[in-house]
Amino acid sequence: MTHNLILRVVSKFLIPLIIVFALYVQFHGDFGPGGGFQAGVILSSAIILYALVFGLDAAEQVIPPTILRILASLGVLLYAGVGLVTIFLGGNYLDYSVLGSTQIAGQHLGILLVELGVGMTVFAVMLIIFFAFAGRGRP
Amino acid sequence: MIDVLINITLLAFLAITAVAIVRMTNLFAIIMLFGIFSFLSAGLFVVMDAVDVAFTEAAVGAGISTVLMLATIALTKDQKEKHSKSHRPWLPLATVIVTGAALVYGTFDIPAFGDPEAPAQTHVAPHYLARSVPETGVPNVVTSVLASYRGFDTLGEVVVVFTAGIAVLLLIGGRRPKANVRKNEREENDA
Amino acid sequence: MMDFIIGHYNYWIAIFLMMVGFYTVISRGNLVKKIIGLNIFQVSVFLLYISMSTVKGGAAPIITEGVALYSNPLPHVLILTAIVVGVATTALGLALVVRIKEAYGTIEEDEIHERDHSL
Repeated sequence: MTHNLILRVVSKFLIPLIIVFALYVQFHGDFGPGGGFQAGVILSSAIILYALVFGLDAAEQVIPPTILRILASLGVLLYAGVGLVTIFLGGNYLDYSVLGSTQIAGQHLGILLVELGVGMTVFAVMLIIFFAFAGRGRP
Repeated sequence: MIDVLINITLLAFLAITAVAIVRMTNLFAIIMLFGIFSFLSAGLFVVMDAVDVAFTEAAVGAGISTVLMLATIALTKDQKEKHSKSHRPWLPLATVIVTGAALVYGTFDIPAFGDPEAPAQTHVAPHYLARSVPETGVPNVVTSVLASYRGFDTLGEVVVVFTAGIAVLLLIGGRRPKANVRKNEREENDA
Repeated sequence: MMDFIIGHYNYWIAIFLMMVGFYTVISRGNLVKKIIGLNIFQVSVFLLYISMSTVKGGAAPIITEGVALYSNPLPHVLILTAIVVGVATTALGLALVVRIKEAYGTIEEDEIHERDHSL
């Protein structure tokens, strides 16, 4: 698809916008529709668009598959780790109120961290699956 | 009145698309129709005030699922569904009609669509709606229930997604085995 | 009578879609088509749940000033989880289809059975 000039120019224009939109959805999930899942999928679709237009090798240079596996594991670790931290601080597992000075501050911080973990894992897993399917056809 | 009309139109289109998916045999066309089906259902979710769900369904169903199915038929190089000789349509049709009739009989007792006094709306939901902003400070009730009140379920879901990623990596993460290696194995099995 | 039909139309279409998806899974031999039928089934179940959660005259469950009636947020949470688990299952099923094609050379169920029985 590298010979198609319109696709290349338009996707170079669109991909940063998609990434910014994904970050917006991730961090404004508290105040509007959105959250970790949607943001992870939208961010992965930006990289999938890049892979479709510029080739799988170029996309694998942007995000090496090793980094993707580490990112997926880090997301789950972050989520479970927040629960363990709340146990160490004296509350129940995943009781965010003990994370901050007031209950509302603790809940905000807890929800932010947890959604970040979810977003990272979903982004990495969608890309792992896409790279696996697309890379199977290579000789 | 107008939203009832929009509801009915979208549902009718959904039913027509589903029947078209069953009847067609070209796999590429079926996958495109599935993308349309997913988008129509996302539109329907918006009309029914479920904005988070519509967002996720549009991104995941019409985005990722369609891309993965296209990648699959590109890898399997299969374009047409062949007519199956061992599957007669009568027994599945009878099963489906009996099950559908039993389910429709069950819906006669469901409260009407949109009823504010239904048991589903009066049991736990008003408590979450009332307590979300004072206890967690988050106006989006779906996010606060997902991340805070029902956080264990979301932990389970993230682990399920991670497991699916690992499983796909195990199945097709490596390189395709070389063609002559497989041919040698088949000759050994035949001999 | 008309109120009854308009009040239950959503559920009947959801059940019809469920049966269309079910029929596709049990009566077609092509593996990719079976997976698509499974996805249709899943979307119809989501439709059933979200129909049960709407409230006439309600708004989306995001707390804003001046809105009195909200839709029920609990089924939205359940369906959000279900959608993501559904795509994980679909991805795994499609990976299995790719491996079956590489091992048997076909993705039609009849030919796979034939190849199994002939060895």
